[in-house]
Amino acid sequence: MVSDQDAASQHAHPGTGTYLAVAAVLTIITLVEVGVFYVPAFKAVLAPVLITLSATKFALVVMFYMHLKSDSKLFTLIFSLPLLLALGVAIALLFLYGAFVRG
Amino acid sequence: MTHAHVTSTGLDSRKLAFWTFIGSECLLFGSLISTYLVYKGRSVRGPTPHEILNIPVTSVSTFDLLMSSLAMVLALAAVARGDRVWARVWLAATAFLGLVFLGFQAYEFTSFVHEGLTITTNLFGSTFFTLTGFHGGHVAVGVVWLLTLLVRSFQGKLGPDKALNVEIAGLYWHFVDVVWIVIFTVVYLLQ
Repeated sequence: MVSDQDAASQHAHPGTGTYLAVAAVLTIITLVEVGVFYVPAFKAVLAPVLITLSATKFALVVMFYMHLKSDSKLFTLIFSLPLLLALGVAIALLFLYGAFVRG
Repeated sequence: MTHAHVTSTGLDSRKLAFWTFIGSECLLFGSLISTYLVYKGRSVRGPTPHEILNIPVTSVSTFDLLMSSLAMVLALAAVARGDRVWARVWLAATAFLGLVFLGFQAYEFTSFVHEGLTITTNLFGSTFFTLTGFHGGHVAVGVVWLLTLLVRSFQGKLGPDKALNVEIAGLYWHFVDVVWIVIFTVVYLLQ
């Protein structure tokens, strides 16, 4: 038998310093995202830049705040498979409805 | 002290079940975001996203939600080390920041309605209000959950032995945060 406390800390969680550092990086990335949105020079590459920044923020929260980096790989699998399925469905639907067709 | 069941995986069943639930939520929000994208730019009349979305205000509410995630992990850390005072402070801060986010959303929805965009106005209105409304509903559920934990803490029933309860609430809260990270980019910035 394991207590709730043991179950919650089966894998070492990051410390306060790491949490604060991640928050700082998330804040900076959000500022960059908004900055990129307003700079006309980035218009041609806006989508790839914003998607990359957004994916970085997503990964940071999931890895450090949701503890997937230090927790069981089974949790990562249970989360990643539906996420990839949702992503696949979204891309398939966009192709199906001609979202990537120019003009 | 409550005890988790022994499982063949060696992992707590509640945490495993909750990750499975989060997986199903990925599919729910995946379908809502896909629907928004499929109908993007197909409205036959305005208002359009470009005309109505308020990026500065939404950037502040995005920052607010990101900071609520920080408060949530600090609350979990405080509960795990048995620091009841800081556990209450961070749980209250997380719930407060969640309420602030909902306030921003209420302000946004109200101003959109005043500018002529409702859920029935056009395809943008239908998909926008459905997607962000579902997300806001999740935030509201999270705030109620956090306040429940706060009450349990004041009752003296949220010691280190209950850290897993806080961790599971935290998983939900962070998931709501990552969904917003995607929505902020897809809906607001990629117009």
